[in-house]
Amino acid sequence: MPDRSVRLRVNRAACSGHGLCAELLPEFIALDEWGYPLIADAAVPARLARAARRAVTDCPALALRLTGAG
Amino acid sequence: MTATNRAEIGHPAVPGEPGLPRLLPSRAHAQGVLEPGLDLVAHSRRHGRAGIRGSALIGQVDAAGLTGRGGAAFPVARKLSAVASAGGSPVVVANGAEGEPVSSKDAALLWFAPHLVLDGLQLAAEAVGARTAYLYMHAGRDARGGPDLPSHLHAAMAQRAAAGTDRATVQLIEAPPRFLAGEETALVSLINGGPARPADKQHRPFQRGIGGRPTLVQNVETLAHLALIARHGAAWFRSVGTRTEPGSMLCTIRESDGQVRVAEAALGTPLSWLLRLGDEVQAVLSGGYHGGWLTLTDARRVALCNAELRPAGAIAGAGVLVALPAAHCGLAETASVARSLALESAGQCGPCFNGLPAIAAALAELAQPRPAGRALANLQRWAGLVTGRGACHHPDGTVRFVASALSVFGAEIAVHARGRCTATRSDLFLPVTAPALAESDWR
Repeated sequence: MPDRSVRLRVNRAACSGHGLCAELLPEFIALDEWGYPLIADAAVPARLARAARRAVTDCPALALRLTGAG
Repeated sequence: MTATNRAEIGHPAVPGEPGLPRLLPSRAHAQGVLEPGLDLVAHSRRHGRAGIRGSALIGQVDAAGLTGRGGAAFPVARKLSAVASAGGSPVVVANGAEGEPVSSKDAALLWFAPHLVLDGLQLAAEAVGARTAYLYMHAGRDARGGPDLPSHLHAAMAQRAAAGTDRATVQLIEAPPRFLAGEETALVSLINGGPARPADKQHRPFQRGIGGRPTLVQNVETLAHLALIARHGAAWFRSVGTRTEPGSMLCTIRESDGQVRVAEAALGTPLSWLLRLGDEVQAVLSGGYHGGWLTLTDARRVALCNAELRPAGAIAGAGVLVALPAAHCGLAETASVARSLALESAGQCGPCFNGLPAIAAALAELAQPRPAGRALANLQRWAGLVTGRGACHHPDGTVRFVASALSVFGAEIAVHARGRCTATRSDLFLPVTAPALAESDWR
């Protein structure tokens, strides 16, 4: 079960609402009216895996992580 | 902030319930005068020795079906087993920091039965193999100006040190005066030297807590029940309560005349045995400010257990029950509490520190006797936007409380929209904290 069960999680206490994740993954992340991410409650599709990893590494607050990977 | 006094313990047991109270002194026992429970000899005489220890105690707690009495009702044996098998050198915390301004049952328990709590702390520490323990609580002064609660507990701990009975060392830690300071990741953060703010739940404290060690955090009442299970076993514990929610729990009861008392009730006790629910009552709040409002009809029908309270939109929580008088406006009360809950946000999670003030402002609109425009629609949208999006359950609990108000006081919303209000009093019935917003308040 490689990428099928991979999910994107946000540490709500760390997230500062920068919004970069929604720019990198618009198909998967929307922003609420205050600028905080609304992440789809689903496994990250394989075609978005690379963008998801980039969102994790580029998050200015280091608030994103991938779970279930590997 | 959680002041207690002797007058509050008016009727410790519910009439007609055999075997109660278990935790607090009974009226007969105290011969009409309730004294602080400092006497270790009297405590031992009343409760006897704890014969069930270690892993056998974890088994009995499991069989008893004891759940956490701090509000979340998490199975206690699961936490005990997780910490006992985690390895390393675990830590145990007795959590007596009841942040809710309407709750005083933990303060009452610490005042009248400190040795039962400290017994439970030692027995839990022994069962999970911990030599380090903490007692965490608010300062809270006696309403008559007597000694404060921490001094009272220091005196109880000194007695036990003199008697030489305890193996784990206990350190008393005072909680900052914030609603969320008793949240278990917040207390772990404080003891680790940080602010008493909730943390993201990537690791639960029972996996990695104080000093990175597996940490068992249990409410003080939970530990008192555990101390009695260690004496009398699971079958005794289950002899009151319901099959799915066994045992008893302490309740803080605020009658519609404003009288407050702490009582111990079996789970499954009809709310109408616990509160006067005549026509002078408009609605009942169950479960505190993270709980929910019940209509008077529902309150007269349901019992003190989550199986009946949850379908009606409330919870048993930490046992707060408030009868709201008909003379007060339920919407104004809810708006006032929602404002204080918004101010009590730890200010970490965007959906919470943006959403709760927005929700509180919309409620303040609905609380006025005039058309509220889009306030109701906004409120419903924001409620959906904050739920499940906090590091702790503060946004979810606040939304449960607010959502129940929109349902229970729905008719009053319509009355307000027509420019009127059915309330005859404008003062507020429910107490709220007025938090200072200084950073130092979190330490």
